[in-house]
Amino acid sequence: MSQVLERRAEALEAAAVPPRPPFGLTAEGWLRLLAPVVIGLLVLGGWEWLVRTRGIPPYVLPGPVAIAETLVRDWGTLSASLLVTLKITLLALLVAASLGLVLAVLFAQSRIVELSLFPYAVILQVTPIVAIAPLIIIWVDDVTLSLLICAWIVAFFPILSNTTVGLNSTDHNLLDLFRLYGASRWQVLWRLRLPTAMPFFLAGLRISGGLALIGAIVAEFVAGTGGRASGLAYRILESGYQLQIPRMFAALVLVSATGIAIFLALSLLSHLLLRRWHESAMARGDRR
Amino acid sequence: MSLEPLVSLRGIAKRYATGTLAVRGIDLDIAQGEVLALLGPSGCGKSTLLRMVAGLSEATAGRIDWPSGQPSARDIGFVFQEPTLMPWATALANVALPLELGGMGRREAAERAAAMLARVDLKGFENAYPRALSGGMRMRVSIARALVTRPRLLLMDEPFAALDEITRFRLNNDLLELWEAERFTVVFVTHSVFESVYLARRIAVMAPRPGRIHAELAVEAGYPRGEEFRTSAGYAAHCREVSQALGAAMAGAAA
Repeated sequence: MSQVLERRAEALEAAAVPPRPPFGLTAEGWLRLLAPVVIGLLVLGGWEWLVRTRGIPPYVLPGPVAIAETLVRDWGTLSASLLVTLKITLLALLVAASLGLVLAVLFAQSRIVELSLFPYAVILQVTPIVAIAPLIIIWVDDVTLSLLICAWIVAFFPILSNTTVGLNSTDHNLLDLFRLYGASRWQVLWRLRLPTAMPFFLAGLRISGGLALIGAIVAEFVAGTGGRASGLAYRILESGYQLQIPRMFAALVLVSATGIAIFLALSLLSHLLLRRWHESAMARGDRR
Repeated sequence: MSLEPLVSLRGIAKRYATGTLAVRGIDLDIAQGEVLALLGPSGCGKSTLLRMVAGLSEATAGRIDWPSGQPSARDIGFVFQEPTLMPWATALANVALPLELGGMGRREAAERAAAMLARVDLKGFENAYPRALSGGMRMRVSIARALVTRPRLLLMDEPFAALDEITRFRLNNDLLELWEAERFTVVFVTHSVFESVYLARRIAVMAPRPGRIHAELAVEAGYPRGEEFRTSAGYAAHCREVSQALGAAMAGAAA
């Protein structure tokens, strides 16, 4: 008798577990995924239809199909350019992240360093990169290095400024606690200030990821007018001169896709690092 | 209790940088192993006093003596009004922190921290992050962290003020239980007459503006105390007495 009851309880429990949603996505998840895709397809379809029915020539506005064909046909050149741009972007981001972090830590340790250097970081940030890129390209002989510097200038500030704010947002009671237990400056930095600053740093990194790409592209445009670059921006310029508008669009698509990929990768990194403890990385149902 | 005091405060005054006089003329002996409550309205400088005893804040005048020797970093435990846990660290890592800051190896610190967590009824929650714990549980972690170094003196700044009454009562009892076992000295700040009578052997009633000690009252009931004490006539009488003293302290301040 009791066995029967137990089995029944087990069966009930099993029934109470909701069925696994297809591909692990809930209805809300599917909506989030499908709604933008449907809109995208509608717009692309409309675009193709417009181009075909009105007979718009491809050197004015190529249709999505023509662009896709070009993307496949010219993949050899385009992917080589993509690699060049991607290398500069990621390198600039890496340098911006490490230098921004180090400088922010210096700022947090010494008020004098912060007061004397921060204004220059702001100047670096507000000066339009388009205006100084030509100078940098003239001064620095190596093209890759000059592009790297341009991209770094644009990407650097959000990381520095965010991390500085983060390092200064430490809980005062926790600081007192560390003091009470005789923690060294290094222990306070490593075990308290840096973990506090982590979400701020990651938010800065996500902004800078996109900016590094923009910086790289802008610098390539400037360098490209002198015929000295080979990245995606240069392909866009070159295709424009040669009236190969579909290829121009194809390169543009790659630039956007790269930006999206960088953003998604950094978002994933941020989520993985913060999901256990930070509000920003929690699923809605997880909060309490 | 004729032993020499653990801490002795003489003529303590504190003036903030803004010019406000926070406390003045504080003379207070904290006996070894006693439970002392600092009771008073907001702004009477009781938290300031606690911070000065902890060495987190300097007195402007007066002296704080430790007859049995200056305290080391492990001798004082501090519990804040908020749990004040590191959100990125597990309950175990939070409790192990004071030991690790004191130079203890990771493994030994983790073992002691786990034992301490078990003492505050949080066995099984070692790997939980603070956000996954309730308010009362977070407070337990905070208390475990304060006690993990086996301090001589436990200082608590309105530790249960932010909790609901049921949780507060439970934590009151748990704290008394821990104290019964270890007999460390406790000084806690509260603005609750009931809490001060329930926990303390001695209550220093403070008056505001500037903060000073208005009266010192002894709570004659022995330990262990439990829920039956809360409903006893003695408890009610003490509450009345302490309320009157607090009322007089406030009236004195207003005059």
